[in-house]
Amino acid sequence: MQRIGVFVCHCGTNIAATVDVKRVVEAAAKEPGVVHAEDYQYMCSEAGQLKIREAIEQKHLTGIVVCSCSPRMHENTFRQAAKRAGINPYMVEIANIREHCSWIHKDIEEATEKAVILARAAIAKVMLNAPLTPGTSQVVKRALVIGGGIAGIQTALDIADAGYEVDIVEKTPSIGGRMSQLDKTFPTLDCSACILTPKMVEAAAHEKITIYTYSEVEKVSGFVGDFHVDIRKKARSVDMSKCTGCGVCQEKCPSRKTPNEFNRGLNTRSAIYTPFAQAIPNVPVIDREHCTKFKTGKCGVCAKVCQAGAIDYDQQDEIITVDYGAIVVATGFDTIKLDKYDEYAYNQSPDVITSLELERIMNAAGPTKGHLERMSDHKPPKSMVFIQCVGSRCADKRGKSYCSKICCMYTAKHAMLIRDKYPDVDVTVFYIDVRTPGKNFDEFYRRAVEEYGVHYIKGQVGKVAPQGDKLLVQAADLLDNKQIRMETDMVVLATAIEPNPDVRKIATMLTASIDTNNFLTESHAKLRPVESPTAGIFLSGVCQGPKDIPETVAQAGAAAVKVVGLLAKDHLVTNPCTAKADPIFCNGCSTCEKVCPYGAISYEDQLVNDHGIRETRRVAVVNSALCQGCGACTVACPSGAMDLQGFSNRQILAEVDAICR
Amino acid sequence: MVYSYYPGCTLKNKAQDLDRYARMSAEALGFTLQEIEEWQCCGAVYPLASDEIATKLSAVRALNDAKEKGQDLVTLCSACHHVIKRVNDDMQNVEDIRTRANNYLKLEEPYEGETKVLHYLEVLRDRVGFDTIKEKVTHPLTGRKIGAYYGCMLLRPSSIMAFDEPENPTIMEDFIRALGAEPVVYPYRNECCGGYVSLKDKPLAGTMVDRVMESAVCHGAEELITACPLCLYNLRNSGSAKKVPVTYLTEILAEALGLLPEKEAEGGAEHAEG
Amino acid sequence: MQKVDMAKADRLREMSGVNTRKCMKCGKCSASCPAYEEMDIRPHQFVSYVESGDIEPLLESKSIWKCLSCFACVERCPRDVKPAKLIEAVRQMVVRQRGGNYLSPNEVPELLNEELPQQLLASAFRKYSK
Repeated sequence: MQRIGVFVCHCGTNIAATVDVKRVVEAAAKEPGVVHAEDYQYMCSEAGQLKIREAIEQKHLTGIVVCSCSPRMHENTFRQAAKRAGINPYMVEIANIREHCSWIHKDIEEATEKAVILARAAIAKVMLNAPLTPGTSQVVKRALVIGGGIAGIQTALDIADAGYEVDIVEKTPSIGGRMSQLDKTFPTLDCSACILTPKMVEAAAHEKITIYTYSEVEKVSGFVGDFHVDIRKKARSVDMSKCTGCGVCQEKCPSRKTPNEFNRGLNTRSAIYTPFAQAIPNVPVIDREHCTKFKTGKCGVCAKVCQAGAIDYDQQDEIITVDYGAIVVATGFDTIKLDKYDEYAYNQSPDVITSLELERIMNAAGPTKGHLERMSDHKPPKSMVFIQCVGSRCADKRGKSYCSKICCMYTAKHAMLIRDKYPDVDVTVFYIDVRTPGKNFDEFYRRAVEEYGVHYIKGQVGKVAPQGDKLLVQAADLLDNKQIRMETDMVVLATAIEPNPDVRKIATMLTASIDTNNFLTESHAKLRPVESPTAGIFLSGVCQGPKDIPETVAQAGAAAVKVVGLLAKDHLVTNPCTAKADPIFCNGCSTCEKVCPYGAISYEDQLVNDHGIRETRRVAVVNSALCQGCGACTVACPSGAMDLQGFSNRQILAEVDAICR
Repeated sequence: MVYSYYPGCTLKNKAQDLDRYARMSAEALGFTLQEIEEWQCCGAVYPLASDEIATKLSAVRALNDAKEKGQDLVTLCSACHHVIKRVNDDMQNVEDIRTRANNYLKLEEPYEGETKVLHYLEVLRDRVGFDTIKEKVTHPLTGRKIGAYYGCMLLRPSSIMAFDEPENPTIMEDFIRALGAEPVVYPYRNECCGGYVSLKDKPLAGTMVDRVMESAVCHGAEELITACPLCLYNLRNSGSAKKVPVTYLTEILAEALGLLPEKEAEGGAEHAEG
Repeated sequence: MQKVDMAKADRLREMSGVNTRKCMKCGKCSASCPAYEEMDIRPHQFVSYVESGDIEPLLESKSIWKCLSCFACVERCPRDVKPAKLIEAVRQMVVRQRGGNYLSPNEVPELLNEELPQQLLASAFRKYSK
């Protein structure tokens, strides 16, 4: 016979203000099997846990129910408390009377009634609990980082420095990411390349780091501690072991009309190319879509001029399979497309540009060699207008609902740099709000205004109209309550950022959850910000949410620590709440095998004793190391043979009965 | 192909050219505009307030007439098109308006937005095809630099009008190109001309027309076309900026199709106003 | 002290279908408005006036006779507020009152001219009177 104890938590006023906890205790005490019930202000505190321990020891409890917050919050806390008091940790059930009750109800009467019912259900369930023992699984001492921008590089360096092997998979021909495209960085105005390039070199030279550029993750299987990943190494058409990086092939390539992605399409590049001078590896790739040799078979100039004989037109994509203990997603961002914002004339005038394009124009290695000029006539502008929040903070279908976070600061940076280098250029920024939370950020913005004379006008721009060789900007000045119609030479749009579109595909492969904006979801918004809810998957950089470089680097380090914490373990304790098939009821239909997302179910012939009839049958067998306890098989099984330990069909029906009683 | 056709008040009076050239060109291009019977004025502005029902009924009658004939309903005047398309959207999607309108009208079968409303230009683009028109052009408007004036009513709100990109439309430019002329894209082609305020507030309409004209001239337009009689009136009569001639889009269509012998007599050099 | 009339504010929200709380005060409506210069109360202010229940100034505003319902503000509003519909609701509230008409048939003969399209009169009467 079970002896159950019930512990009702006030959670300060979080629960107690809406739920009459004393009545919950009284009602629980009357339930069959309950031999102890009490309430306390904070059950999770040391004093609260001590109460649980004392009750277990003194009343010889066999199981407990804690009526408190979500099990995601403190289930483990109470399991450990039970374990210390000498009972199996899986003899603990949580009734969530906070998130599921007090937080979402206002009426005390109704909330209390619901809390009593939730407690009753948990008691009914714990009566049927059985002690469970977790198994263990191995940890592959190697991590994968998807994405080779600053987030991925920093995460990889930190993991490698802790002594673990780490691979970076980068889709483009070089690591470096968005940061390599930037000119200067706020608020200190360091040269972006100057602080990034050393890190790229360090990553490339690190004995624990392997970099796969021009490569993509193709398939992921396995689970935390033991992922199996297929990586497609796209054909570079250049032999990396032979190429010396001399660059002659790029100089001589006759096909030079491909838009240069690195320069955001502001100029063109050759078909064989490295994205930028400091690229790592310094080995070009042939863009087969634009290469004359691949299109028509006639050319082959690069092969002729290559002294090292590194050009290999016959190279094929190669797929390698590698095992990893942990995976970090660091896929970064892009700016949104502006096709739906034609009122700003981005597609109509080359003098309307995005801020990222301006970064390239300002950069000494960019399409204008760092000279500020208009893309239409290459004349220096005398006046520039910056428009904030283009596509950010939108409730309509055109843009994004969120604040892109970095635009206020980089616009202040651009405005300041332009006023510093070209004092005769008049700079106006149209803003909705200037958002500068961050160390030395507001001071930076104020410097742009006070020391550099940048005009800030509160009001969004309504229309940009090309007029002659000028741009006519129509805007509102909300503080002076007037409409502005001004001519300018260049317009820069602070375009909203969005997660790299590829992230959806990657998240699906990893079964990592993703929000409506394609940002990866963290396990807990405050307390587990670098972990995905999927065990073994970690998040680094803008793939999780908009952030600037210092925040990205900090998060990258945090993700690395989590990975190291995982890889440092000799083995992992597995969740014992796994599925189990009853061979007597199993009819061998294979339905469960088909629905299992983890490949944990297989079939084998077993000798079954069915009420005295002994025969060999084909029955389902669950590999408990692979099973993640999702329960899909128990729902799919037509004969009721499949059951989930800790969430058995009997237990769930007992809960339903208790609720309906 | 026969379409139900709603000409609207102005096309029967001051804008007869818009109507006449449309019908002539339609026949030449192989479709017929069959005027619906006993149509009533659409009201010329869409009643925006959510509690207005009676003012939408004439549009519903026209829509239901086309439904009974099993035909798509073609309009030409921007205002009529705007009103009828938006009322049709209400009948499809706004239950309160649909119920109350049907309660008023007591039709044999309730009207629930079944009719497809097409602007004449949409028929040309989506049903006839600009490529076909290009083939049928006998008198291409070679060398002419024509700006399209869309105004507001054809394009906005884009979610309902679904006519073209609201900030950078191309349908009229493609039309102009099909007739052999050179379309002139200018940014103020989707800005309002002043509409009905020109009745009591000439200066405001004048300011707005001047902005449109300045933008068009600056980008090299030598003439403008429009689908709207009110826009045509305002563009011609309001404002003080340098002007270019404004005609109905159906007129240049008829001209390019060789349906205007009097133009040929002028050698196509002079561009008479409609 | 402004007179707060929440009943009228609610009526305006109901007639227009506009949720004034969605406005983030970016001013893109007023930036887009072609009649801005002629308005005493600007499109973005219609939203905040209704939100705060300050209706009397709106009913007396000449802006309601200047708005063209051209929908530039509606098309470009990043928060989907639809200021033009709010201005139309105020106009309706005025013309539906006795003596609220802005155009009377008596005025028409002297406003006419040879080219004036019928559509202009039809729309002006719809907008200016009841």
